[in-house]
Amino acid sequence: MDPAAIIANALRAALGPSAAAYALLAIGLNFHFGYTGLLNFGQVGFMLLGAYGVAITVTVFGGSLWLGFAVSLLLAVGLALLLGAPTLRLRADYLAITTIAAAEILRFSFRASPSRDLTGGVFGLSGFAEEFNALNPFTSGIQFGFLAYNQRQLWVLTVGWSLVALAVLLTYLLSRSPWGRALKAIREDEDAARSLGKNVFGYKMQSLVLGGVIGALGGVVFALNLQSVHPDTFLPLLTFYFYTILILGGAATVLGPVVGSVLFWFLMAGMDATLRQAGAAGYMPDWFGADALGAVRFLVVGIGLMLLMIYRPQGIFGDRRELALNVR
Amino acid sequence: MSAEPSAVARSLADVAAEPGVSKPDPILVAADVRKTFGGLRAVDVEALEVQRGAITGLIGPNGAGKTTFFNVLTGFDRPDSGRWTFDGKPMSGMAAHKVARAGMVRTFQLTKALGRMSVLDNMKLAAVDQRGERFLASLVPPLWRPQEQEIEARAEGLLEYFNMIHMRDEFAATLSGGQRKLLEMARALMVEPTMVMLDEPMAGVNPALTQSLLGHVTGLRDEGMTVLFVEHDMDVVMGISDWVVCMAQGQIIAEGTPDAIAQNPEVIDAYLGRRRHHEEERS
Ligand SMILES: Nc1ncnc2c1ncn2[C@@H]1O[C@H](COP(=O)(O)OP(=O)(O)OP(=O)(O)O)[C@@H](O)[C@H]1O
Ligand SMILES: [Mg+2]
Repeated sequence: MDPAAIIANALRAALGPSAAAYALLAIGLNFHFGYTGLLNFGQVGFMLLGAYGVAITVTVFGGSLWLGFAVSLLLAVGLALLLGAPTLRLRADYLAITTIAAAEILRFSFRASPSRDLTGGVFGLSGFAEEFNALNPFTSGIQFGFLAYNQRQLWVLTVGWSLVALAVLLTYLLSRSPWGRALKAIREDEDAARSLGKNVFGYKMQSLVLGGVIGALGGVVFALNLQSVHPDTFLPLLTFYFYTILILGGAATVLGPVVGSVLFWFLMAGMDATLRQAGAAGYMPDWFGADALGAVRFLVVGIGLMLLMIYRPQGIFGDRRELALNVR
Repeated sequence: MSAEPSAVARSLADVAAEPGVSKPDPILVAADVRKTFGGLRAVDVEALEVQRGAITGLIGPNGAGKTTFFNVLTGFDRPDSGRWTFDGKPMSGMAAHKVARAGMVRTFQLTKALGRMSVLDNMKLAAVDQRGERFLASLVPPLWRPQEQEIEARAEGLLEYFNMIHMRDEFAATLSGGQRKLLEMARALMVEPTMVMLDEPMAGVNPALTQSLLGHVTGLRDEGMTVLFVEHDMDVVMGISDWVVCMAQGQIIAEGTPDAIAQNPEVIDAYLGRRRHHEEERS
């Protein structure tokens, strides 16, 4: 066993492009769930539209990367409006059901054979990242001690974490403004907000659109990193990862989703590397094959998260005092 | 307890004490407001006018339909039928937040404190026409900071008045029941309404503070605000109301000056009588 290699692996993932993409998705969800109290269980749907928006625009229609960006964001706005219009006036559970269903509908329609010409069906799309790669200003990779990224990864990282920084700045400004205060009021009691003249539906819609657009950006980063998209990446499970990240870091906090994502990837990759090495070194029983590894990794990470929730239920950044309140 | 009759009280002195009677200068005019829950007629109000600038007490036994009537008038509940105007503008079917912005602001019998927000934030939220509540403007603090400071000063003034200033930075969820009532009333005033509709504002508030609140309510009236409030404590109702409306089983069964209502046999029967009846049963 080589602890340094395990740490290196874990750190690489924790600071890697996927962590940035997941951080964006969790930041979006933080607007929905953390600040406004909207139960969006289909955040992965926004991620899918972000990823495919770029992929389809570039590969199928031959558009530019920038057009692809714009298409991704517009699709996210469209999905938010479509989901919000019928449900945001109803009780919270309707949005939850609608969003989880919508994300699955999107995944199934994108993978269906009739959509093959547009989405590549089950095979997905690739070859849309050339323009992005060509823009890469870095001429070589980078190495900090045992942490190494190649030239392309460095470029994705820079773009990904810059977008995260922008989204964090946005969260910071909004959460401290009267606009953010109105969102929190809606989360606490929407009838009270209404009785004070706040247009609850309007605010919920703005929150849904904003969080969805940030989520779609996460999808774009995710796709540019992998340089290909496949419908079955966008499983409902991912939305629950985003919730895990958000709660881990602390909902309704500015940095919570970012730190949550870094920690989440650190734990997942660290566990993975540990189990792999333990297997290779013969510490594991014979029945412990490659497929058991994936399951055990989730098991251990799950137990870790449960412990965290027991001993620090408010997340890393959350306020324990706030959680202890018996909100009536 | 009642001091000098106010100017409004004098203007109401000549109004006939009968249900649905017209007032000299009504701010709220409602007609045929009905609301049923299944087979139950919760509200069945043929006509009601509320005098501008007056304190109108709304009384009635439990389940009379007072809260439901409030809910309907303020857009929180959809009536089966009914038309009403506020300040001359038709309000039937208007969304709750627009009703509040039009100047008709209500509080809730079961208080709705915004628990995980500070008392001060509860107050500041309620100010209307905040520049920083628009998405783009909120991103540029210099656009809304000056207004925010004015709002904060006003909020602190009101908190001071309501003896709540020491709770300023506490989460509203930590307030006691009575303190929540106070916060809700103060918060409603932050909207700067033309008419406040208070649903049992004194319930659970200690007697000394009740007295000071009553003083505050009459003060609001003297500044020109219209007050419609639901209250079960007869001393309070008779003490500060310029006019009293009594509901029972969804209908308005009587209205009149406090003195007239205190002697109205229907009211005694429907409301005071019931209590007397219980006491007789118990003894
Ligand atoms: N959401 C509802 N669903 C069904 N019935 C309701 C509902 N709200 C109120 N009611 C019924 O309507 C009637 C009027 O209730 P309401 O709350 O308006 O009475 P109230 O005059 O405010 O009473 P209290 O003095 O006890 O507050 C009651 O019989 C009540 O049971
Ligand atoms: Mg009531």
